[in-house]
Amino acid sequence: MFAVVAYLVVTSSPGWPRVQTTFFSLEVARDSFPSILRGLWLNVQVLLIAAVCVVVLGLGIAALRTLRGPAFAPLRFLATAYVDLFRGMPLIITLYLVGFGLPALRLQGIPTSYFVLGTVAIVLTYSAYVAEVFRAGIESVHPSQRAAARSLGLTHRQMMRIVVLPQAVRNVTPALLNDFVALQKDVGLISVLGAIDAVRAAQIYVGQTFNFTPYVVAGLLFVLLAVPTARIADAVSARARRRQQSGSTL
Amino acid sequence: MSAVLDVRGVVKAFGENVVLRGVDLAVDEHRVVALIGGSGSGKSTLLRCASLLEVVDDGQVLLDGEDITDPRVDADAVRRRLGVVFQAYNLFPHLSVLDNVTLAPVRVHGRSRSEAREEALGLLERIGLADKSGEYPDRLSGGQQQRVAIARALAVRPRVLLLDEITSALDPELVGEVLRLVREVAEQGMTIVMATHEMGFAKQVADTVCFLDRGVVLESGPPDQVLGDPVEARTRQFLSRIIDAGRL
Ligand SMILES: Nc1ncnc2c1ncn2[C@@H]1O[C@H](COP(=O)(O)OP(=O)(O)O)[C@@H](O)[C@H]1O
Ligand SMILES: [Mg+2]
Repeated sequence: MFAVVAYLVVTSSPGWPRVQTTFFSLEVARDSFPSILRGLWLNVQVLLIAAVCVVVLGLGIAALRTLRGPAFAPLRFLATAYVDLFRGMPLIITLYLVGFGLPALRLQGIPTSYFVLGTVAIVLTYSAYVAEVFRAGIESVHPSQRAAARSLGLTHRQMMRIVVLPQAVRNVTPALLNDFVALQKDVGLISVLGAIDAVRAAQIYVGQTFNFTPYVVAGLLFVLLAVPTARIADAVSARARRRQQSGSTL
Repeated sequence: MSAVLDVRGVVKAFGENVVLRGVDLAVDEHRVVALIGGSGSGKSTLLRCASLLEVVDDGQVLLDGEDITDPRVDADAVRRRLGVVFQAYNLFPHLSVLDNVTLAPVRVHGRSRSEAREEALGLLERIGLADKSGEYPDRLSGGQQQRVAIARALAVRPRVLLLDEITSALDPELVGEVLRLVREVAEQGMTIVMATHEMGFAKQVADTVCFLDRGVVLESGPPDQVLGDPVEARTRQFLSRIIDAGRL
């Protein structure tokens, strides 16, 4: 109902004919589609590589942050500083600093590909977020579980690997999938470095034709990419809720 | 006969709160010691000190004559010789019953998977839960979960079994099956220290009852004496409160 009203209002507005041709031109969409799709492949590659790195790094940082005892204070401090820094810094600034700052140092061995640098920047930011998600998960595991693990003779590492982390990950899977959806669209930001991804490909096309339809095409492709993950996240959350309701206290 | 577990003058404080003020407790082989005392009297703390989950501030705990509170001792190696069951959240919910039981034998004691599996199935058979070996803990009743936790503790063939109010979180109708198992394990000769509020059970099964009060073992002796005719006024007070609550 609302959609119908909105549609009628928008299509009957005085500016609509002009908007239709500059944003929703079928012809432009068809022309720009192949190059945007090629760009999207770059985004997908960044997404997959970044997701793996984010999970590994995030877990490591969370494990450091949750170490107990005064001996680990320096490690805890470093992990906390990392999280504060990269969670506070806007992703776009991190992208500029890593993408343009690192190569400017002209050090041996520093990659110059915007693909690599963009991925690094995204991993820095998202691992800080995901570390916090994992930390919440680790702290949600009941203290008796740790005591039970240690009293069986497991070492601290074994306790984390076999008992705490699997439960922690399970508890935060819905939140992680949510972050994954956010990551799926933020990989489009590597375009600010000049990497020819979907957004950049669209931009080039817009620059040549002064028609904004390619942006709409790129946007819709990102939405299509996000939909399956969003549905999976829904299903996982629903399952977690059911398990919580049926789970006994003991 | 030398004690399997010998607690000597153990002191433990949490900040300002001195919970244990010099606890002595000797547990001989094949004996069952029941630890009683009000809530907050330090029963759990004592058991946690004995299983090295807490570091003592003073005093010693000897296991088979070896001072396990010595900081140079490998705490993980010591814990391998103990079996511990808590009030709740013992089992790992993401592992099947069988995997819970075989975890320590395989990962800590280096037994082969098949050997550990066979032994675990034997234990589960003994506690009447062999048919649940593939289930996850949340499919079991609280009583069944605690019985599996006991089986898991036994799977490492511990020198002593430390039980911390293992029936306190259970619905009353599930208490019996767990206590029956503890009695069976005791009858087979396991050395046991158990913190408990089940005075009737302590009376029947324990060789010694220790009343923990204000950070010390105020009174200890055979159950008939400590529970039936206590010397200390505070023990009598505690027991009469328990009787009022209908648990003796
Ligand atoms: N980890 C801890 N940190 C601070 N205080 C604690 C801790 N564990 C126990 N206590 C305190 O020690 C006292 C004894 O607790 P506990 O040993 O659990 O008693 P019980 O098992 O006999 O009920 C309580 O006052 C409790 O608040
Ligand atoms: Mg207690």
